[in-house]
Amino acid sequence: MAKGKRVGMEGSIAIAEAVKLADTDVVAAYPITPQTHIVESLAEMVANGELDAEYIPVESEHSAMSACLGSSAVGARTFTATAGQGLELMHEALYIAASSRLPIVMAVANRALSAPLSVWGDHSDVMAVRETGWIQVFAENGQEAHDLTFWAFRVAEDPEVLFPVMVHVDGFNLSHVTEPLFLRDKADVDKFLPPNKYPTPLHPDKPVTMGAFGPPAIYTETKKAQDVAFMKSKKTILKGFKEFAKIFGPTYSPIETYQAEDADTLLITMGSLSETASVAIDTMRKAGKKVGQLKIRLWRPFPLDEFRKAVSNAKTLIVFDRALAFGGQVGPVCSEVKSALYGEANMPKVASFIGGLGGRDVTAKEFEYMITQGMKVAGKQTEYEMIGVRE
Amino acid sequence: MTQATVKIGKREITTDELFASGHRGCIGCGEMLAVRLTMKALGRDVVISNATGCIEIVSSPLPTTSWEVPWIHTLFENTAAVASGVESGLKVMMRKGRIPQKQIHSIAIAGDGATSDIGFQALSGALERGHDFVYICFDNEAYMNTGIQRSSSTPYGASTTTAPVGKKSIGQTTQKKNMPEIAVAHGIPYVATACASYPFDLMEKVKKAADVKGPAYVHVFSVCDTGWRIPTNQSVAVGRMAVQSGVFPLYEVENGKYKLNIDPTLKPVADYLKKQGRFRHLSDAEIQKIQERVTSEYAKLKEKVARSQAPSA
Repeated sequence: MAKGKRVGMEGSIAIAEAVKLADTDVVAAYPITPQTHIVESLAEMVANGELDAEYIPVESEHSAMSACLGSSAVGARTFTATAGQGLELMHEALYIAASSRLPIVMAVANRALSAPLSVWGDHSDVMAVRETGWIQVFAENGQEAHDLTFWAFRVAEDPEVLFPVMVHVDGFNLSHVTEPLFLRDKADVDKFLPPNKYPTPLHPDKPVTMGAFGPPAIYTETKKAQDVAFMKSKKTILKGFKEFAKIFGPTYSPIETYQAEDADTLLITMGSLSETASVAIDTMRKAGKKVGQLKIRLWRPFPLDEFRKAVSNAKTLIVFDRALAFGGQVGPVCSEVKSALYGEANMPKVASFIGGLGGRDVTAKEFEYMITQGMKVAGKQTEYEMIGVRE
Repeated sequence: MTQATVKIGKREITTDELFASGHRGCIGCGEMLAVRLTMKALGRDVVISNATGCIEIVSSPLPTTSWEVPWIHTLFENTAAVASGVESGLKVMMRKGRIPQKQIHSIAIAGDGATSDIGFQALSGALERGHDFVYICFDNEAYMNTGIQRSSSTPYGASTTTAPVGKKSIGQTTQKKNMPEIAVAHGIPYVATACASYPFDLMEKVKKAADVKGPAYVHVFSVCDTGWRIPTNQSVAVGRMAVQSGVFPLYEVENGKYKLNIDPTLKPVADYLKKQGRFRHLSDAEIQKIQERVTSEYAKLKEKVARSQAPSA
């Protein structure tokens, strides 16, 4: 039985409530659509004294992430949220957060990138920051957005991890949708999430030098150490999911499958459109087709073992991307999928579809088309097919 | 902990060295001298956020550090924002009882490029938000550690590698951006200029800046013998000449009120310029032009000082 108070709540507010439940110390943020409801709610909570935190209304996203670097480095529990252009403006500071091992948590309301200007949702912003060294998870609905936000603090702040975490929520499709969810109980969250004990905070009583520069003799080793630690974080990520299930009920996993057990064909999705895709799976199952679905929840570090296992019986994979990789052959998730499969025995055939750009709807019918068409072209396709484009 | 001190004239100075020797600063570096004095004035209860630049490069090559106090370097343009986070983080954790109550100063230090150019926005934001922190700009008037490229703090007529002297150019053709005045325009409680050639003045101002509640800005004129093309033993002398000629007046602005700390009979600017290789190409006419500007700027400053002293109506 899932625990918490059942409410109807917008995804963004559910994230803000999770930040409050985590007793966050510092929120530094710059407003950007479709993320605004998250930080507006937090500002309100701070203004009303519901959350004892410092809210820093910075002058840009670059400074938002930079202020987070400072507050996290002194050991304060730190949160921010952004989207699209804001995430790109933060870009270099994202690397600093990860490479300095600062456990910042950030919600990203996924948004398309200019030009042309678009405030609507897709995954272009995410894909541009996928190799910044942040742990990244995708929420599929409001409940996941809520749960994964305080879960993120637990993982990020674990002394075995100390990497920042991005919780991705599809802009508008999820950030602005009101749905029923369980608002978790404060006592349960306190049981799940211990206080932040950053091991080397900046403090005069025990001075440390943080962010010293790395000459060639040392840079390579620091980067190798970082990557080893990053890959190792998966152990804590899994432990976090396990503990979460014990306290709250739902079991989260890096890869989630739907109707996949005997499926020959798997549709691979990430984010909120996964739910629409599931409708297509249901329809096709009713028609006797052996199709299933694979949803990627943990995007970084990519859950290679779980992924390979989940697709081991499939003959065809159909990958749906909400971003373009200019000059590449397929969508960025599809590249990842192909790379994960290369050299595997019984390698499934893969087809790449791209759609839902800049907030364009993707219907269950279109997912049905992708599956049917994908089964035909997988293995023969030389580049992606764009869905829902007016020729 | 009682600190050992040494008496210099009537003043006492700590023997504590919080910016340790062994750093990789150039011989005779005016900036390193200023940093060392700054740290003596600040003491141990600080967290330093340091921009990319000479100071960071010479003081922190892994696995060594010159910093005896907590210190963080992140990027070139975000020092004031990082210091904002440090200040806010410490404040909230003390309020919540997560760490013991203690006065800890959040200090941002950066060069002129990180201050007047790339970090300008973050600095303006932090000053406007009113964080209780000190921003100290160590101004050596160019991007020195990348090879003497011009910044918006490079003075008119100086030759740099990106504003070089040539057949059609006298070097930098724009006037030095007036950062202290821009800081004053933010309406913050304390702004000061300082120079390591006047060590006690510098230390007193840094101390005052730290004790002020709210944002404080200190602009430290930092002679760069490498970039300014002067002998390595002339840094202190050239800094003094900048002050004595009115090129870099030492003043402070407390809650909008101006005060000149040293008001010498101004010496000719030519004496200051001719000491330095970066100005060696200037004609007498150009030097005259610079003299006129320095005279007029100094007069404007004195007017502000006079207005500040006049009894309000």
